Amino acid sequence: MSSDERQAPVPEQDEPGTTVAASIAMKHRAGGVIVPITTALLAFLIGGLVVLATGHNPLLAYRDIFNGAGLNWIFHPTTNIANTAAYNLSQTLLQTTTLILCGLAVAFAFRCGMFNIGGQGQYFIGLYVANWLGHSFAGMAPLPHILIAVTGATLAGAAWAGIAGVMKATTGAHEVISTIMLNWIAIWVGEWLFGDGGPLQNSANKTVPISNDIADSAKLPVFWGEKELQGLHVGFFVALAALVVFSLLINRTTLGYEVRAVGFNPDAAAYGGISVRMNLARAMAISGAFAGLAGALDMLGYLYHYGQSDIPVSSVGFLGIAVALLGRNTAVGVLFASFLFGALLFGTTHGLTSNVIAPDLAGNLTYIIQGLVVLFVGADLLVLSIWNARKKLRPPHRPAAKHAEAAA
Amino acid sequence: MTGVWTERFENPVSDRLHDPATTGYVGIGFGLFAGLLAIPPIEARSVVWSILVGIVGAMLGVWTATRGRRRLGVGAVVISLIGIGLGVLATRSSTGNLESVFNASLIAQMFAAATPLVFGAIAGTFSERSGVVNIGLEGMMLMGCFWGVYGADVGGSWVVGVLVGGATGGLLALVLAYFAIQLRADQIVGGTAINFLALGITGYFFFQLYHGNYISTGVSTIPNVKIPGLSSTGFLGPAIGDLNLFIWAGFLLVIVAHIVIFKTPIGLRIRACGEHPRAADTVGINVYAIRYGCVILSGVLAALGGVYLSDGFGGGAFNDNMTAGRGFIALAAMIFGNWRPFGAFGAALLFGLSSAIALRLQVYSASASTLFNVLPYVLTLVAVGGVIGRTVAPAADGKPYVRQ
Repeated sequence: MSSDERQAPVPEQDEPGTTVAASIAMKHRAGGVIVPITTALLAFLIGGLVVLATGHNPLLAYRDIFNGAGLNWIFHPTTNIANTAAYNLSQTLLQTTTLILCGLAVAFAFRCGMFNIGGQGQYFIGLYVANWLGHSFAGMAPLPHILIAVTGATLAGAAWAGIAGVMKATTGAHEVISTIMLNWIAIWVGEWLFGDGGPLQNSANKTVPISNDIADSAKLPVFWGEKELQGLHVGFFVALAALVVFSLLINRTTLGYEVRAVGFNPDAAAYGGISVRMNLARAMAISGAFAGLAGALDMLGYLYHYGQSDIPVSSVGFLGIAVALLGRNTAVGVLFASFLFGALLFGTTHGLTSNVIAPDLAGNLTYIIQGLVVLFVGADLLVLSIWNARKKLRPPHRPAAKHAEAAA
Repeated sequence: MTGVWTERFENPVSDRLHDPATTGYVGIGFGLFAGLLAIPPIEARSVVWSILVGIVGAMLGVWTATRGRRRLGVGAVVISLIGIGLGVLATRSSTGNLESVFNASLIAQMFAAATPLVFGAIAGTFSERSGVVNIGLEGMMLMGCFWGVYGADVGGSWVVGVLVGGATGGLLALVLAYFAIQLRADQIVGGTAINFLALGITGYFFFQLYHGNYISTGVSTIPNVKIPGLSSTGFLGPAIGDLNLFIWAGFLLVIVAHIVIFKTPIGLRIRACGEHPRAADTVGINVYAIRYGCVILSGVLAALGGVYLSDGFGGGAFNDNMTAGRGFIALAAMIFGNWRPFGAFGAALLFGLSSAIALRLQVYSASASTLFNVLPYVLTLVAVGGVIGRTVAPAADGKPYVRQ
């Protein structure tokens, strides 16, 4: 029994895994790339079982989702965007763009030992500010206008997350609770902004709870497809660049070193002269900047306007949690995970027929798979334990008193 | 320091008057009164009264804050300012509107809106008192929402709905418990997963079984309790004369939860597991069993709140993502109430009142309505920030326990 190896009971505080980041980092060092792939496959398998149990063919359903996401494009890569597969793929990449940034928002905070559940709220705030700035300054030259809107939205996202970061740093308020609250506050701020008589509500039509369209000068250039048909905008490259920035920032800078140090063990970091408080606040703000940028790119890239009814439907910020966890909080992992979820997100809305699986069912299947992925990744200690030493999983049967003796 | 203490014993009454804590609470009282002045039944029509009373409250708050009780003092100032704001808002609208918003049936609506929160907050209290953070309340509540209506529809009786709804919530909680306790997965990540799962499962089966339509009428709903002898015209009649059975069950649940957690041996064990599981294990308490029990109970209770939401409050209808954040408000109520049943109950009532007012204000002013909708979240944010009072979670809350 593994417990025999331990001479004395160790206080829980000293065990690895006291912070989210520490436990995840520990698991990640061990598992390599096999565990996340197993995790995803397992989630798809269980999702498939649900599909099977409700009288649909899971293989056909997954095939349709695969095709709906435009992944069949690889079999006949024509560059013609009029081709359905190519168009679908461009839409999948559009979702991937958002998910990369929302995933990075969660991943960066994880690296500093914090769980940023507030990506959704920070994304909304970025979206609102981008809409406001994109609608204002009409007639400005495109480049400065886009820069102003993107910068403003990114900073707004950073500030929104910064509230939670500063609260964590100064009063120790748990970032999970504060970011959840900030999510809901952001949702209601949106309801107010776009609602009847709200500051961002459509100035031409006062009866619809939808914002104005942003000015043409603030719209991002589209490089694949048509602007009118929601083509793929240059924000895709911004997201890819953000992956590189994330990787460099975490792995190659003093800031990243401090962030990781605080994430591994705040006490040791503090002993080494790193200001834990400052790093918590700063990491949260940077985290929010990624989500704010996601909101900005969505608004300037293809949404152009936003309405009250769009708010409760959006869940990209929460998908970011699954992306970051499946991607193991690394840039490369986030890239693959966001492509997977981007494909699921778009593939389940498109090109599905009800005789195989209805789009509404498939959309909810995405949530189920997302939930399973998060559940399994959170517990990939389990997968590792099975891999390494199966006996560790068996709960020890000896009474606690014996251990007290052993300790004495 | 000793001088202060002897003085306190020698002259307790006058000293208590000088105690900044007392002044702080009086300040909070003034702040609340400033808001109440402008609404029925007092309904002062001049904004001056609210401002005057509010300023007194704020000054008492400042006095308190400068004498060592900073949090309480700041709290009094904030509440006074909110009170003044309410007064200004209220005096600017007509008396007719005010009376149609603030009347006895608002009390009934407050209870109706608060009940899912009461169930959810008590659910969270049990789980977290045993040391397992339950972010998945929202998802467990959503399970109760859908499967409760499904049970009532298929089983032909709301009782079946309650049983089925509660069971599905417990089942989902079992998943969280297995991952959080047995596998020692991060509890917050696990809870987040539970929320996604519940959203997917309920949405999937809603479309599979009902094609996404509102569940048809004729579903057996949880009945109301008509109290005989209360006329429908007075104050008590509209306020409590015709409340849903589950609202009363919620009141009972709070009392029972308080007794169980604080007055029984099992409650002592639960709290021991949440504060110091190693010590609890040493004296022979089965930490895993207690935590499993509490998390599953938590799932059942949260789901019962969901059953009430769809099959009581909602009249037997379900729609996608019906809970719409109520599980998170329940979580907030639990934190706001400092992980105590009665505290959670008070917070749930406050948040319920807030959303009941928001619902009524919608007709008159969308922005004022939004303000009341967002109030629970802002208050909780302020509370966890430690500005008003400090919330203290159980010491081992969120920490997996490893048996040795």
